[in-house]
Amino acid sequence: MKFVTSTSPHTFKPNSVQKVMLEVLLALIPGIIAMTWYFGWGVLINVCIAVIAAVGSEALVMKLRNRPVMPVISDLSAVVTAVLLALAIPPLLPWWLTVIGAVFAIVIVKQLYGGLGYNPFNPAMAAYVLLLVSWPSHMTSWLPPIMLNEHPLDFIQTLTVIFTGALPAGLDWDAISSATPLDEMFTRLDLNQMIEEIRQSQLWGDFGGRGWEWVNNWYLLGGLYLLYRKVISWHIPVAMIGSLLVLSSMGYLADPATHPFPAFHIFSGGVMLGAFFIATDPVSACTTKKGQLIYGASIGALVFVIRNWGGYPDAVAFAVLLMNMAAPTIDYYTQPRVFGETQKADLTETAERDKHD
Amino acid sequence: MTETYRDIINNGLWHNNQALVALLGLCPLLAVTNSAVNGLGLGLATLMVLIASNVSVSLIRNFVRPEIRLPVFVLIIASFVTAVELSMNAWFPELYKILGIFIPLIVTNCTIIGRAEAYASKHSVMPALVDAISMGTGFLLVLVTLGAARELIGQGTLFADLHLMFGEAARSVYFSLGDDFEGALIAILPPGAFIGLGLLIAVKNIIDQRAEKKKALNVSSETATAAS
Repeated sequence: MKFVTSTSPHTFKPNSVQKVMLEVLLALIPGIIAMTWYFGWGVLINVCIAVIAAVGSEALVMKLRNRPVMPVISDLSAVVTAVLLALAIPPLLPWWLTVIGAVFAIVIVKQLYGGLGYNPFNPAMAAYVLLLVSWPSHMTSWLPPIMLNEHPLDFIQTLTVIFTGALPAGLDWDAISSATPLDEMFTRLDLNQMIEEIRQSQLWGDFGGRGWEWVNNWYLLGGLYLLYRKVISWHIPVAMIGSLLVLSSMGYLADPATHPFPAFHIFSGGVMLGAFFIATDPVSACTTKKGQLIYGASIGALVFVIRNWGGYPDAVAFAVLLMNMAAPTIDYYTQPRVFGETQKADLTETAERDKHD
Repeated sequence: MTETYRDIINNGLWHNNQALVALLGLCPLLAVTNSAVNGLGLGLATLMVLIASNVSVSLIRNFVRPEIRLPVFVLIIASFVTAVELSMNAWFPELYKILGIFIPLIVTNCTIIGRAEAYASKHSVMPALVDAISMGTGFLLVLVTLGAARELIGQGTLFADLHLMFGEAARSVYFSLGDDFEGALIAILPPGAFIGLGLLIAVKNIIDQRAEKKKALNVSSETATAAS
């Protein structure tokens, strides 16, 4: 009889990338449902378009690179990228923009750098920024949330708008589109209006924009699930939300007339999605614990800075991309000490010791 | 001399292309190539300066002491750049306004001082002239290609505003994808220049790899037939 012995590891998780990505997708479901509830079928249609485009282009690139297609497609990372992109773009975005975004994310930002694990930038956010910079008018025509929407479109109408650009008879873009709460807030602050004056509008809920704050709540729920499942660690989201909270509180305390209540910042725009799902991207974020705290806090600070003084309505994408660039440097300076290495052990000391020997 | 004129031309246009291989002169290259006409304008200006400076440096190469050669080269280049700048200002004022600061900046274009130092100061006039023409044309081609690609993707036209260079007759010579074309603004903005140049370099490398593979294949099949 023969005993087969093998080297360690003796237990292993098969295809852990796929498992992690599945958990992320699962955690995104409440957010997707909330977005669809508040902003209509367009959200789901965008998700479908983006997923098809992303997976299709990834398969194509793998073929061109003479690599096996199936293992890469089935790790679901392209699907996660596509879903994150689709949740960041306006619900009635023309289909070809969604396709361009998804293809850019996969081909240029991810595969040209070598594929999953090698991309320095978050593909979904790079694609979002590409679309925002290239087609600003399309990318800023959002829909009002369902309770303020006087002309909700049904499924077929939404499909028609996305694929042909033709609006239902009697409607035009001005009638159905609306600025996002963040856009509204900072445009009117730029016009020297006071917060109280701005908040008269029925666009506002308890903290952020109506609808938006609930979408953010559901993303938060998904994020807590990811924390519970230990897919992500707490460092980045806590640091990011914390620094945004501290900075916006300082602004609010200094001058409540021109700085929105801190909770407004946290429950508006893409902060929850960004904090739990985008900034925590294991590839483009910092890997050391201390580094993750610095990285997250810097993203939060940049979000505050760009929102207050920048030209674009939301800042999460820009902040994440900027810190993606800094991540390798942060990691370099926050490397934990190897066990057994003393604090002061440096080259000169070792050299001297060698001399004495 | 083992290097033939053919080699010099091949090097300038392809194997040692100043923009795609040496990656020199990137500042003007990235900054002005937001349209094909801008690329053409700067490319021609650079070509003129390169030809004039290469020939002059080659002519004086035996009289300049090596210790002071670089300041002398810079002085020569700067004079020609000033001449080109003044003539552009005189004859193409519109284009001059668009290209603006990048015309005087040709002085600092590493391609020109690079060719003067690496080639013209060691060779006689004819090879130096051919080198200048081929290097300058290689740079010009990259400028025009990148400019055209960015213009086409960014605003859906090709060679718009050609009349700024060739007079009213050229006004109609341009290609457009239609007025309702919604281009990707990013192609005209600075990031488009970096992404575009990166893709151009990638395309060049792909072509080179293909050619090499073909060569290797031919050689192996030749040896195979010889062996049999």
